[in-house]
Amino acid sequence: MSNMMYRAAVLSTIMEEMERDPNVVVLGEDVVGGMGTEGGPEAIGGIWSTSTGLYDKFGPTRVIDTPISESAIVGAAAGLALSGKRPIAELMFADFIGVSLDQIWNQIAKFRYMFGGKTRCPAVIRMAYGAGYNAAAQHSQSVHQILTGMPGLKVVMPTTPADVKGLLRTAIRDDDPVIFLEHKALYATTGEVPDDRDFMIPFGHARLSRAGGDVTLISSGLLLGMCEAVADKLAGEGIGCDVIDLRTTSPLDEETILDSVEVTGRVVVVDEAPPRCGLGADLCALVAEKAFSSLKAPPLQVTPPHTPIPFARELESAYLPSVDKIEAAVRRVLAWR
Amino acid sequence: MQLSREALLAAYRQMKIIREFEERLHVEIQTGEIAGFTHLYCGQEAVAVGVCEHLSPSDKIVSTHRGHGHCLAKGCDVNDMMKEIWGSREGLCKGKGGSMHIADVTKGMLGANGIVGAGAPIAVGAALASRVDGPGPDGLSVAIAFSGDGACNQGTTFEAMNLASVTKAPCIFVFENNHYSEHTGVSYAVGTNQDIASRAEAFGMKAWRADGTDFFAVHNTMREVLDYVRAGNGPAAVEFDTERFFGHFEGDPQRYRGPGELDRIRATRDCLTKFRASVTGAGLLADADLDAVDADVMGAIEGAVAAARAADRPTAEDVLADVYIAY
Ligand SMILES: Cc1ncc(C[n+]2csc(CCOP(=O)(O)OP(=O)(O)O)c2C)c(N)n1
Repeated sequence: MSNMMYRAAVLSTIMEEMERDPNVVVLGEDVVGGMGTEGGPEAIGGIWSTSTGLYDKFGPTRVIDTPISESAIVGAAAGLALSGKRPIAELMFADFIGVSLDQIWNQIAKFRYMFGGKTRCPAVIRMAYGAGYNAAAQHSQSVHQILTGMPGLKVVMPTTPADVKGLLRTAIRDDDPVIFLEHKALYATTGEVPDDRDFMIPFGHARLSRAGGDVTLISSGLLLGMCEAVADKLAGEGIGCDVIDLRTTSPLDEETILDSVEVTGRVVVVDEAPPRCGLGADLCALVAEKAFSSLKAPPLQVTPPHTPIPFARELESAYLPSVDKIEAAVRRVLAWR
Repeated sequence: MQLSREALLAAYRQMKIIREFEERLHVEIQTGEIAGFTHLYCGQEAVAVGVCEHLSPSDKIVSTHRGHGHCLAKGCDVNDMMKEIWGSREGLCKGKGGSMHIADVTKGMLGANGIVGAGAPIAVGAALASRVDGPGPDGLSVAIAFSGDGACNQGTTFEAMNLASVTKAPCIFVFENNHYSEHTGVSYAVGTNQDIASRAEAFGMKAWRADGTDFFAVHNTMREVLDYVRAGNGPAAVEFDTERFFGHFEGDPQRYRGPGELDRIRATRDCLTKFRASVTGAGLLADADLDAVDADVMGAIEGAVAAARAADRPTAEDVLADVYIAY
């Protein structure tokens, strides 16, 4: 085990996989950083420091610094993948998916099905998402709700450095397109990470981070820590929370969710994306359909309001779910009947 | 470059296959048996064949919504193609793709595409993959992005040309200028001037221009372009001036065409007629040789249609085949 930052877990996994498999190729804007400048290549090493040193080690055919061209980046990843490579494309900020949406939505997500199952498209599209940095409406969004709604994409949202490691390795070795969402407010968090170079976490297996039995909290990413804080606080009052870290939203681990809800009968989904047509609504529908007879209270979702993300510190914190809002929701479902 | 008798016959046969495949589709579509949108490539055969005959399976192509010609020229099986267009589960894509989304990656055919302009970045990716593999005995494998004059107005095409140029990817942008995007003329839709090749030149690429209705012009130009790109000089572009004999899609009444335009282009700009005239005129092949190819091709197409009609239909369970994410 090593103690490592979330961002270092991203970089070391990519590094190890590039060493292992010559078909792994990295591309994106500033993934080298400094190309064409007097300072020279690797002057930046990726804006999130998740590609530092790759260029020096693997050179320009495997580490491709691109112009600002999101469609071309995702499209090139598609072409690389169809040609036997395992591209890892970085989109900088998840908000930029809009600029490349056709390539994500109509191309990589569709090839395998549309071409009769004879084609695989092993592309990983990495991007930093999430609020918490006062980066406002165009640099803070959680896009998993849009991408999870697209058949053909696997969508991964690691919360801990260990999960980054295990899930990113699975993503790179997966034969299908994977959207890998890194929460930008988690990059500097640390945790214990297994050293095993084959350590992998399969998709579709949620992590039970707290076991309690009275109420089920479902989340991922930045807000998972808030759910854990609520669980720890309520434990002092003798209230037990199951806290489920989804890890992947597609595929979805229905079993872990339903098993928990069948015991607790009470659910709060905590999500960073807006409330309409999103993950919260989706999971509330899931438990209503499949665990109705176990429910003791209506399932609730805690999300930001249905607005763009505001800039000012006070506004952003009012916008985001908080420990208090989550705790209030838990008390509401507990108070039911 | 002088082509052997065998090479001439093979090129003619391939063009004729595409022509008959499509002329036959044009007829069969009227029976109502074929579902969906079908865009015919007829008239542009010399481009697909003149480009693809130089390619090996390790070279990749990315096609368009008007993809039948490119698919056939890159080696997709005629019967499997016909079955796919018929929507059979025996089709090249098991009836999941249809006319607009045929692919056979084993042949280096990375897909027709329903989204205009989407192919060019994918071709750049395939070309970047070739750079990872490095050159073989004949130089680098290449990737060809086929695009229409309409597709060249998409941002993706510009992004792809710039990325290819920056990375020196062995990518060739083949622009088939048939003067129309759907029902809009190139003189209206392409700003500044109507020369698409010069756009590629603006991205630092070497660009060629040739008559796309003249098989030999396509063939010779592509030889030069490929020599240049395989040698590692980076991307290149070529614009072929060509003609579309049918409407944008099957069922298009073509009210935007000028009076007598279709008759005129069929009479003077038909790549097959031109090919026949030049090879027989030069004494390279006799009419009888070409007639024999024609008869053979007619038989092959007849067989493909019969096979498509007889092929298994998909069932409701097939909807879930090749789905790889539960929920
Ligand atoms: C992104 C997108 N916009 C519009 C269309 C509708 N459409 C299909 S083909 C076409 C015209 C394409 O023209 P061109 O690239 O010149 O190819 P051609 O049809 O002449 O072969 C259009 C507008 C589409 N399929 N995709």
